[in-house]
Amino acid sequence: MIDVFYAIFDPDNVFLKYAFIMGALASISFGIIGTFVTTKRIGYLAGAISHCVFGGIGLALFLQVNMGLAWFDPMLGAVLAAIIAAVTVGLVSLHAKEREDTIIGTLWAVGMASGILLIDMTPGYFNLASYLFGDILLISGKDLLYVACLDVFVLSLSILFFNRFFGVCFDSEFTSLRGINTSFFYLLLLILTALTIVLLVRIVGIVLVIALLTIPPAIASFYAKRLWQMMLYSCLFCLFFIWTGLGVSYSFSLSSGPTIIVLSGSAYLILLIIRKIM
Amino acid sequence: MHIDMNNENEIILDNIYFAYKQRNVLKNVDLVINKGEFASIVGPNGGGKTTLIKLILGLIRPDKGRIRVFGKSPKKARHQIGYMPQYAHLDMDFPASVMDVVLMGRLKKSNLWFSKKDRTEAFNAIDELGMSSYVNTGFNELSGGQKQRILIARALCNSPDILLLDEPTANVDHQTEENLFSILKNLNSKMTILLVSHDLGFVSKYVKSVICVNRQVVIHPTTMINGAMINDIYHGDLKMVRHDHRCDPKGHHQEGHNHD
Repeated sequence: MIDVFYAIFDPDNVFLKYAFIMGALASISFGIIGTFVTTKRIGYLAGAISHCVFGGIGLALFLQVNMGLAWFDPMLGAVLAAIIAAVTVGLVSLHAKEREDTIIGTLWAVGMASGILLIDMTPGYFNLASYLFGDILLISGKDLLYVACLDVFVLSLSILFFNRFFGVCFDSEFTSLRGINTSFFYLLLLILTALTIVLLVRIVGIVLVIALLTIPPAIASFYAKRLWQMMLYSCLFCLFFIWTGLGVSYSFSLSSGPTIIVLSGSAYLILLIIRKIM
Repeated sequence: MHIDMNNENEIILDNIYFAYKQRNVLKNVDLVINKGEFASIVGPNGGGKTTLIKLILGLIRPDKGRIRVFGKSPKKARHQIGYMPQYAHLDMDFPASVMDVVLMGRLKKSNLWFSKKDRTEAFNAIDELGMSSYVNTGFNELSGGQKQRILIARALCNSPDILLLDEPTANVDHQTEENLFSILKNLNSKMTILLVSHDLGFVSKYVKSVICVNRQVVIHPTTMINGAMINDIYHGDLKMVRHDHRCDPKGHHQEGHNHD
């Protein structure tokens, strides 16, 4: 394991340093947004959003190569798809009470499938696995800047609207009776979730991002008594899992995303069992 | 039925119809709640008790008919109403202290954060319900009865004129229920109270009226019911409740209401 520490500071291994910095920056947004997603129990919606992101990436690649729109890079496609998906999914869950899960499930699958079809129709080779399961080799200095901006955005909105988000997550009906526009804050929460997912797909990929969004808060909820504590603990657990996962995956030449997920998932299950037995 | 719109009438429902999934939940409902009322809403499950509460709060709109609260639309009167939802609807694992939960009652459109005054008001409400030693306790560590009290404190901390409680005594033992009602009786000197009861036959001695909801709505005075009658009702003889009476400061008057 110790070789990881040398590798981080090796100038030939700048990608590894980037991955560790990315992990630290990512943990902030993940911990905060993950706590909202877990307490509001909208992991399923977040899953649908993340799979729709793949449709956006596919569309961007398609337009770039086939239509010559060079400025339409996959990141832009992903952000657009995520925001559209967040608003759609949010409106469905607010208004379509009866068929909600069917509609969300459909969006989930269609988003994913259309991404693959668009990539099929695009000449050239694309490494699908890097989008699906993450690839730290793809992390660039620009990505770090994006994630740092996301952190500032997520942190400031969460501090500014903490009491409103608290109300929306704990008891939306009561909060709306207090004159707060809960639909607006619910959609805002979903958009923040969408942005977080997009920027963090780099590390763990579309399929696994939901696990990293929900497992650290789930563990944090064992120890936290208040919402802000849960956020703080989630950030720390998230950081721990990402860094440990990166270290292990580097040492054993494994994929980083799946390593992080297996580590955090097993930690959660073990802690859950210990708590049941105790 | 003609409804007199005088100031004493805090809540007026005029010929209300409400259907959910093509099924009539409430039909032809007329109801007037006067200032200082302390009424228990009873009726079978699915009979429309919670629907009635949500209509008064303006959370749902009637298909037909008109609702007035303090002469205003329910949405505009909301800030004068304290509401305690059914406790089973809340996520009991949510990480929040008692103070966090009660402070929700002080949420305002104009303020992003809670002020010192908000915290003082919240504390006073918690204290009023005898829970001041639990201010920093986790909400999920409380017993069922304690949670109900905290939710009542949340409804109270904005000094409402009407208190609407949805099943405040669900899942609590008899002693807790008794304590809760004596707290409510004290509050009744300051505000009108409507509560949904899970119990069809039994109502507290503190309650002044009973509102029977089963698609239609009928209100009865409890002053007419003596101990023997409660006993009879409790054993299922619901015919003992008279459906043609309405308590009034001026005495009883006939309203010509008939059950089904």
